[in-house]
This record gives sequence, structure tokens and C-alpha cells, in this order.
Amino acid sequence: MKPIWYFVGLILLVMGGIIFLTGVYQLLNPPEAKTVLWEIHPNIWWGIIMFLFGGLMFFKTRKQTV
Amino acid sequence: MQSIGLTFIDWIIILIYFAFVLGIGWYLKRFTKSEEDFFLAGRKNSSWVAGLAFLSANLGALELLGMTGNTFKYGMYVAHFYWIGAIPAMVFLGIYMMPFYYSSKIKSIPGYLKLRFDEKTRVLNGIAFAIMTLLVSGINLYAMALVLHTFLGWDWDISMWASALTVMGYVTLSGLMSAIFTEIIQFFLIWFGLFLVSILGIIEIGSLDQILNRLPESMNTLWSTSGDPTQNGMLIHWAGIVLGLGFVLSFGYWTTDFLVVQRAFSAKDLRAARMTPLLASFFKMALPFIVILAGLIAIALSNDPNSGFKLLEDGGQVNYDSALPLLIARYYPSGLVGLGVTALLAGFMAGQAGNISAFNTVWTYDIYKSVLNKKASDSHLLWMGRVSTVVGVIISLGTAYWAKSFPSIMDYMQAIFSWVNAPLFATMLLGMFIWWITPNGAFWGLVVGMLSSFLMWLGVKFHWFNESIITMSSVQSDMAANFWRAWWAWLICFVLTIVISFFTKKKPKEELVGLVKGLTEEKHDAHLPFVKRPEFVAIISLVVLIVLNILFW
Repeated sequence: MKPIWYFVGLILLVMGGIIFLTGVYQLLNPPEAKTVLWEIHPNIWWGIIMFLFGGLMFFKTRKQTV
Repeated sequence: MQSIGLTFIDWIIILIYFAFVLGIGWYLKRFTKSEEDFFLAGRKNSSWVAGLAFLSANLGALELLGMTGNTFKYGMYVAHFYWIGAIPAMVFLGIYMMPFYYSSKIKSIPGYLKLRFDEKTRVLNGIAFAIMTLLVSGINLYAMALVLHTFLGWDWDISMWASALTVMGYVTLSGLMSAIFTEIIQFFLIWFGLFLVSILGIIEIGSLDQILNRLPESMNTLWSTSGDPTQNGMLIHWAGIVLGLGFVLSFGYWTTDFLVVQRAFSAKDLRAARMTPLLASFFKMALPFIVILAGLIAIALSNDPNSGFKLLEDGGQVNYDSALPLLIARYYPSGLVGLGVTALLAGFMAGQAGNISAFNTVWTYDIYKSVLNKKASDSHLLWMGRVSTVVGVIISLGTAYWAKSFPSIMDYMQAIFSWVNAPLFATMLLGMFIWWITPNGAFWGLVVGMLSSFLMWLGVKFHWFNESIITMSSVQSDMAANFWRAWWAWLICFVLTIVISFFTKKKPKEELVGLVKGLTEEKHDAHLPFVKRPEFVAIISLVVLIVLNILFW
């Protein structure tokens, strides 16, 4: 059985990647209605943090079984 | 109100979560072959897995929304729920109680009562726990639909049925294991989905100090205003916090509520089981940096007329639960909104899965096998576990519709816990540490303790007597009344159990070996160096607790 950390890593990797790409798209095509602190682009850097954290968990556990 | 708008990307994030939890349930089904796999996740989890699940089972979205809202209402005093109101009890469970629970190989808390006392005490607690669990599960389901309807504009029925059927799907497939897996995923989603609110709030306002400086003293300290109930937001004396919350409610919940303790029973060995609540204690202490901080940010912003931030109002009443969703709407752009909503959804669903997995275990072992079918085989119990999961979800849906037609039931959640858990903690404490406590003493102490808590609640509700008799103060909040009622119910059960035990037949000492301190040989982890023992981790946890309390005194 795959360890739980494998699944946690996978979901964070996928969601982080999507959030990061959405942030990049919005940087290039700014929306009309902007949120407070939009100018610091939280979806870009938070997406990267999730992607890296999830990627680390996923790749460290992808060959493990428990 | 205007709903939080979801974009196509936000929906994708939410659908990924639903697909993931159902997929995990399907994947784990092939590893769920015996009743022990289904009810106790095969007893093979590490202390980290069991510890995060132990914490997450308690971390429902209702708690996240409610505690952020309570912080707006009562100020930083709400942090007591996470620190003195949790950590000492978790440490006590790991160090003193877990060896008796785990070593006796019981499958549920009522199972311990059967071994220590007798069948009637077990069935009484099993029935009370099953009713409480289904009530709480249904009320949670209703609360989830209320939140989704209010903030996202989603349809009530679709919200309730979609989440209930998803939970039913994955818990029926693989029982406690899938509940634990989804609880751990929920833990990470909550941190990634909601901690960003606190970070962005600090960036907007300037610093943590500036947030605290914008609040009155009654709202921004933990203890310095607790000597006089009129001087703090919760209107409570420090004795009420220590005795009611820190001792009775906290110990009653964290050491005897099977919903959380079941996660420790899934650990692979005694050391892992003891480490389960100890590791969880560190993450519990960190939660105020999401929940309390978000509430304080909401107060600071609403005190600033230029911020444009204001909580919702329903019929002239402030909706405190709107604090967290409004902060998400304020700060989160597309994609992150989907993550924030998914974190709340995950909290709701994992909380419901926790209730249902605890219910199916107590129903199957402590009511069905104990009373209705004593000769049931292992395969039949596995089948019954799956059937009771389906039935439990259906009853929860019924309770949710009942709550929808009777919304004030939400106010009774804390009261329900104080009816069942507060007296049970007195029974457990006496049973585990004093050998001459008798089965009849425990049974009647528990009956009268539960009844007294219920009657005190009824008496105040229908004005049979003044609340100040319970709280010993001329001013009090609902929260203060809850704390004090729990204390008195515990004390009544404690004293009555001792008195009745003087006059009734005791169990022979040899039947209590392994169940009672003093009659059991205890050499846990003696072969390990001190820094690897649970006792060392417990000391670190308590030191961190003391430092946090001094920092925010």
C-alpha cells in the first residue's frame, strides 16, 4: 500500500501547479475586480510553495510501500 | 449577501478534491480484508499518521469558522481552547491513560468500561455516545449546507447529499483507514488553504504587534484580565477557565471521546499510541496562528472604517461565523478561492467521516455484538460495519433536515458534549486510578452525572433558577456557563461514584490487572534513551505551552 504522504504530495503538487499557472495567467491578463493585496500576486508564490512542498513529498515516497 | 464568486479554476480545484477522496477510498478497499482493518485501520499506523489524524478528527470546518467567529466575539481568550483547554489533557492521555487503553486491546472506549466495570456501564456509554455522534454529525452536515448556501449560494439539498454520499462512499469502502487518509489530506489542505489568510492580514495591517495594538486590553490578552470577569471579553474568572475548560471539558473530550481516541488505537504499537496525542499537541498549539489570528485580523479591520471590512448581519444580529469566509473573499484571487473553499469542505467532510467511523465501531461492538448478536463472526461484523456506515449517514441526513427546521439546535452543541463527556471523564479517572471503585458506583455515578448536567442546562434554559448559582458570578457569557456546568456535572459524578463504591461489591483485584494503575506493571519504553521516550516529548510540549501563555499573558 502506498503511504499517505504519497497522496498528500500528489494533491498538493497538482493543486499548487494549477494555482501557480492561474496566477501567471492573471499576471498577464489582470482581472477587472482585484482582491486586496492583488499586487503581490499571492497565487503565484503560494502556488510555487505548494508545488514544491507537494513535489518533495511525492517524489520521496513514490517508490515506498507500507 | 453577495456570494463569493467561484471561477472555472476554483471549481476544478474542488472537483480534484472530491475525485481524490473517492479514489483513495476505492484504492484502500483492496487492503480492507478483516474487521480489524475496517474498524482500527489494521493497527499499523505510525505515530505521525495517527497523530495528525487524532488532531484532524477534531478539526472540523465548523470549529474553524466557529472559533474564528468566537475570537471576533470574545477576543484572544478563545486561544484557551487550543492551549490550556487541550494540551495538558493530550499529555495526560499519552503518558498515563494510553497504556491502559492500548494494552487491554479494546476496540472502543465503551469496551474499556466493560472490562473495568460491567456490561451495563458499557451499553449506557455506547448508546449515549452513538446518539451524541449522530446528532453532532447531522448538525455538522446542516452547518456545512448553511455555510455553502450563505457564502457560495449553493443549493441546500445538493450540498448536503453530495458531501454525505461522498463520505458514505469512502467510509463504506475502507472504514477507518480511508477516514484517517482523508483527515490527513484535510490537515494539509487547511494549513495551505487558510494560513495564507493570516499571512496576508499581517502584510496588510503591518505586523502582529500592530494587530494587537488595535484591540482593547479585554480582547488582546490571555490571563491578565481574568481576575475580574467584567474586564475580559468572555466574562469569565480564571477559575472557570482552569476548572471548567482546562480540566473537565478538555480532559473529558481529549481523553474519553472515542472520535479522537480511536485514531490512537490504530497505532502500530504502544509507543506509537502514546506518541499520538503528544505529537498532535504541537500542531494543536499552532492552530491559533490560523484561527485566532484570523479572528483578531477581522476585529482590527472592522475597527478601521477605511478598510471597508464589516461582518454580515442577519436580522440585526452580527453573523460572527462570516469572519473567515469574508477574509477569504477579501484576499484570495482565483485559484486560491477554490483552495480556501476546498479546505472548508475537507474540514466538514473529514469531521463527518470521523463521526461516522466512530459510530460504526461503537454500534457494531458495543451495542450490536454486545446486546443483539453475541456470536457474530468476524466477517459478519465487517458487513455490519459497512451497513451501519450507510445507516449512520442516512440518520445524519435526517438529523440535518431536522436541524434545518429547528436552527437553534446549533446552540446546543457544547451542551451536548457536557452532558456526555464531562461525567464520563470522572468515571474513567476513578476507574483507571482507584481499584476499589465498583461497577455499580460507576454506573449510577455516570447516570446521575449525565442527568445533573442535563437538568442544569434545562434549569437555566427555562429559568427554574438563576445562572449565577452555577457560575458564581453576577455576569457570565454562554461560554462561561458551559464551563461551569461541566465542572459541576463532573464533581457530582466523581463524588457519587466514590460514595456508592463504599457500599457496593468490588471487583477482585486479579480481574483488574492491566486496567488499573497500581495493579499493573508499567515499564513502557524503559529500554529507550530518555530523549526518545514519550515523557521527553511531553515535557517539551508543556514547556512550549508555558512559553506561549507567558508571551501572550
